[in-house]
Amino acid sequence: MLLEVRQQYSFYGIILYIGATIFVLYMAIDEPEAKVWNGLFWVIQLFICINAVAKSFLQESKGRMLYFYSIASPGDFVLAKLLFNTVLMLAMSLLSLFLFSLFLGNPMQKIWQFTGLVLLGGWSLSLVFTFLAAIAAKAQQNAAIMAVLGFPIIIPQLLLLMRLSNAAFAPLLTIPISTVLLLVALDAMVILLAVILFPYLWKD
Amino acid sequence: MYKSWWKIASILLLIYTVVGGFLMKVPALPALQETIRNLYFHVCMWFAMMILFTVSVVNSIKYLRTFNLKYDIYARHYAAVGIVMGALGYATGAIWMTYTWADPNNPAFQSFSALAREPKLIGAAIALLIYFAYMVLRDSISDMDKRARISSVYNIFAYAMLFPSIWILPRVMDSLHPGREGNPALNTSDIDSSMRIIFYPAVIGWTLLGVWITTLKIRLHLLKEKQLLS
Repeated sequence: MLLEVRQQYSFYGIILYIGATIFVLYMAIDEPEAKVWNGLFWVIQLFICINAVAKSFLQESKGRMLYFYSIASPGDFVLAKLLFNTVLMLAMSLLSLFLFSLFLGNPMQKIWQFTGLVLLGGWSLSLVFTFLAAIAAKAQQNAAIMAVLGFPIIIPQLLLLMRLSNAAFAPLLTIPISTVLLLVALDAMVILLAVILFPYLWKD
Repeated sequence: MYKSWWKIASILLLIYTVVGGFLMKVPALPALQETIRNLYFHVCMWFAMMILFTVSVVNSIKYLRTFNLKYDIYARHYAAVGIVMGALGYATGAIWMTYTWADPNNPAFQSFSALAREPKLIGAAIALLIYFAYMVLRDSISDMDKRARISSVYNIFAYAMLFPSIWILPRVMDSLHPGREGNPALNTSDIDSSMRIIFYPAVIGWTLLGVWITTLKIRLHLLKEKQLLS
């Protein structure tokens, strides 16, 4: 089942998207200070995630969905999708982190902690948006409705992530471990909800 | 009319709230003074909003269990009236804020954006945006059963994501808003006992009023459906 999902339609498209966006940013501003850097980084992450993850459900044709329907249970299917998008988004996060620090300077004080945070954030974003992509695909809408549905839901997690990463920029602040655990708990809840609720979306 | 006792109760409680709220003695606190009477209106709006949204989600779950379209209509209208309550909560909050926070001598409060960066305001904005998105999602699907199913799923998912964040965010961010530690207005140390005898009836009264409006909307909707079908 996992192998079914690993068809890379638009992998290079997303890489190009990341590269182009960050290059535009590089043209627009040079060497922003840490706070601006942080804000820009997470907003770019958000848009990368929407572009990368939206493809996962919106591009599936009706016939292919029927085929998946016949060979897999909805729980397995959504778990496979979540896992695939997680891996995709983790790779994309690392890439954009690398490009960001290359082009826009590197204000990080604690590189390893921040990399961990980026991975955690990429994971959270990909989980939430995978499920929303499933909803949006069923509503036969484009990616616009996904943004409408998703932004209010993702705001709290983004706020937590930004606060955490501000702590990673300041040498004196320590990263509060409870907030990290909170994010992990939220992610676990998203997975649980997706497994419970997806069967209802699946039937047609 | 059958079972009208709770409507009468709602009116009586609201009369009691307004009369008692404006006339009874309140403890005079610095910076709040008489504006504390707004507690009977402002806080109750948010309580009513949360209760109505919760009812909406319960109806969505019921719909997914039974696939009876009636519950979907219920869920939709409870969410709509919840949005109205939320908007009223903002309005009353803005009035209250004008007299307590908007201090021209305090440089921290000079711009709107400084005030708006307030966890309670953000949380409420998220809640309202989510339910606006719910309405948009509903309107974008034309097929009735599909609309009911998909919007129910979104309703449950969004609710489950929303409420942790409403409870968590104010505790991790700095805030001017009272009731940062613990549950606002439910804490025994938060409000004076003389205020509590009006506050709790006020919450019940406003919530019942919301439910009443909702049932009217639901009946109208069901009648329309009936006309369409026949």
